[in-house]
Amino acid sequence: MLTEILFYAFAAVLIGAAIGVITSRNPVHSVLFLVLCFFNSAVLWLLIEAEFLAIVLVLVYVGAVMVLFLFVVMMLDINIEKLREGFVRNAPLGVLIALIVVIELYYVLWVKRLGVDVTGGVAPLPEGYSNTQAVGAVLYTEYVYPFQLAAVVLLIAIVAAISLTMRKRPGLKTQDVAAQVAVRREDRVRLVKVAPEEEK
Amino acid sequence: MDNLLSLWNGLTPELQSVIVTTLQIVGVMLAVVICVAFLTLAERKVIGFMQLRHGPNRIAIFGLPFLRGVAQPFADVIKLLLKEVLVPSAADKKLFMLAPLIVLVPALAAWAVIPFSPEFVLADINAGLLYVLALTSLGVYGVILAGWAANSKYAFLGAMRSAAQMVAYEIAMGFALVGVLMAAGSLNLGDIVRSQEGGPLAWHWFWLFPLFVVYFISGVAETNRAPFDVAEGESEIVAGFHVEYSGAAFATLFALPEYANMMLVATLAALMFLGGWLSPLQGYVPDEWFLAQSSFFWLFLKVGLLLFVFLWIRATFPRYRYDQIMRLGWKVLIPVTLVWIAVEGVMVWLKIGPWAP
Amino acid sequence: MSNVRSLFKTFFLTELLVGMSVTLRQMFARKITIRYPEEKAPQSPRFRGLHALRRYPNGQERCIACKLCEAVCPALAITIDSDVSEDGTRRTTRYDIDLFKCIYCGFCEEACPVDAIVETRIHEYHMENRGENIMTKDKLLAIGERYEAMIAADKAADARYR
Repeated sequence: MLTEILFYAFAAVLIGAAIGVITSRNPVHSVLFLVLCFFNSAVLWLLIEAEFLAIVLVLVYVGAVMVLFLFVVMMLDINIEKLREGFVRNAPLGVLIALIVVIELYYVLWVKRLGVDVTGGVAPLPEGYSNTQAVGAVLYTEYVYPFQLAAVVLLIAIVAAISLTMRKRPGLKTQDVAAQVAVRREDRVRLVKVAPEEEK
Repeated sequence: MDNLLSLWNGLTPELQSVIVTTLQIVGVMLAVVICVAFLTLAERKVIGFMQLRHGPNRIAIFGLPFLRGVAQPFADVIKLLLKEVLVPSAADKKLFMLAPLIVLVPALAAWAVIPFSPEFVLADINAGLLYVLALTSLGVYGVILAGWAANSKYAFLGAMRSAAQMVAYEIAMGFALVGVLMAAGSLNLGDIVRSQEGGPLAWHWFWLFPLFVVYFISGVAETNRAPFDVAEGESEIVAGFHVEYSGAAFATLFALPEYANMMLVATLAALMFLGGWLSPLQGYVPDEWFLAQSSFFWLFLKVGLLLFVFLWIRATFPRYRYDQIMRLGWKVLIPVTLVWIAVEGVMVWLKIGPWAP
Repeated sequence: MSNVRSLFKTFFLTELLVGMSVTLRQMFARKITIRYPEEKAPQSPRFRGLHALRRYPNGQERCIACKLCEAVCPALAITIDSDVSEDGTRRTTRYDIDLFKCIYCGFCEEACPVDAIVETRIHEYHMENRGENIMTKDKLLAIGERYEAMIAADKAADARYR
């Protein structure tokens, strides 16, 4: 009973925040609504006792991805008027895509059911059951190759991003921190023994 | 008294546990806040002494001469709470007032999974370490929002600096913790401490020394403390992200979370690398002595020592330049942790050190 | 070899530890701060603090309204009006020093031919209302009367250097 009340409360906030994402005029507010969305979905995951996934959602999406999002959105000068220009012309296409997504969701949830009884809630887990361990056990045995493949893809993406953004302009006068750090006293200081000036 | 007892017994067990837990939460929060108050005093005293000054020595409790300066934090708090909270006219008012709370809440909520003694922990959850990491990564939102919502150039620059810095050092910190996970084999903070039984050399700092150092340095950077406090940089950007804040908003945005986070980093370091509540004299003095037993006292001592190092570092080193901070985070600390994790992997594989069968 | 040593230095943070040992030693050193209201730093007899107008021992005002101090004052803090007094001498009717303008340079004291205007050693004074920053002739004379002993002692101590 309590779980259901919590579920509906958080789900309502989630949907409200999702609407906020697409309706707020200020892009920074949109990003913050999205953060709220992630939080609420994390809570929904907690309610079905998937605490590992919930925490990882907060850690990765809220803690890292959305921070960078916020960074970018704050730095960009977004012209909202220009973005809204083609709204009426593009609206039918948007409605069409939304319809397709709704039909897909319907198909997945009500027709196929994914082998889960979606109306009944989840069975309580046994005492001492560790989500983290279960995820790890599956990830490193059954799905080890896809997991490693995903890691490699991410690595390639990182390398690509760095090589795309890194540029060395010739003749740029910047400090070489490594050289500054490596400097030693002997390189800079020279003790000279000066004979006292003689009286004439 | 009897009435209260009968009322208590009349409640359902669920309600009783809710009340007990709430009281525990309030107790822990109060303890943290009071510790923050005295940490500010300790900071001013320690740094003062290191600079051949006396530090605060005026406001005494009941005018007792040997307690002079002890009531300073309370005087500061009263002053800050009585001051007016100014909101700049061009600020995003809602976010401006929300930002201090966003910094404050994670800084206090993270204490939920900290085991204070072998018996007492608010929430003994399996993924405790992940929870702490997730919550500490949220503090950056408050900083960014405080800087952005104030609509001030200095605040924005400070927010950008501190956000980039916090994101960078979080990675090094996370990697250092991965090493601890490999050694302890658990994400539960209590289990991590229990895996270090057996005297100071069995604590993780010995085998994971590079990770300990990296963790501590990134902890200092993560909390925006000197020498990594370019986010404040009073000589260049006035005071960074909290320039526009005053009064109670300033106290909750800046002072309370900063010191609470400092204590959190020190507590985590003590739990993960210095054996938490375990006694360093275990095996050296008779077991029935208080000094040989695991207790909150030892955790308190270790945290106090680490906090002293925080203050000591602040009194000693000049502020880093911004590009040097970024270089240190990305090009030094992260490679060091990666190398040591690889070394640890080899140690696990060869079953040497703490992994000996 | 030196590279190895510098690598060692870098990774074991030895130089940082050297720095930290310095601050730790300072922590136990004797503190040099003066605890101000209880302890005070010694003052020179030449200390230039709050101004005062002096009188001769017979009670006559020293000031002869020559206005040298007004002329020399670099901050234009002194305003003087003069008139002939009842006994036919030249006296000031108004002698104001604006303490907000005054830079405590001591030129007025140097310029005075009769040692009338002096700067005393008083430095712990304050104003609570607007207007109190103007030291009028009465106030200056009152200060002079009250601290005549101190002023005279300071002048005597400094006399051989003038």
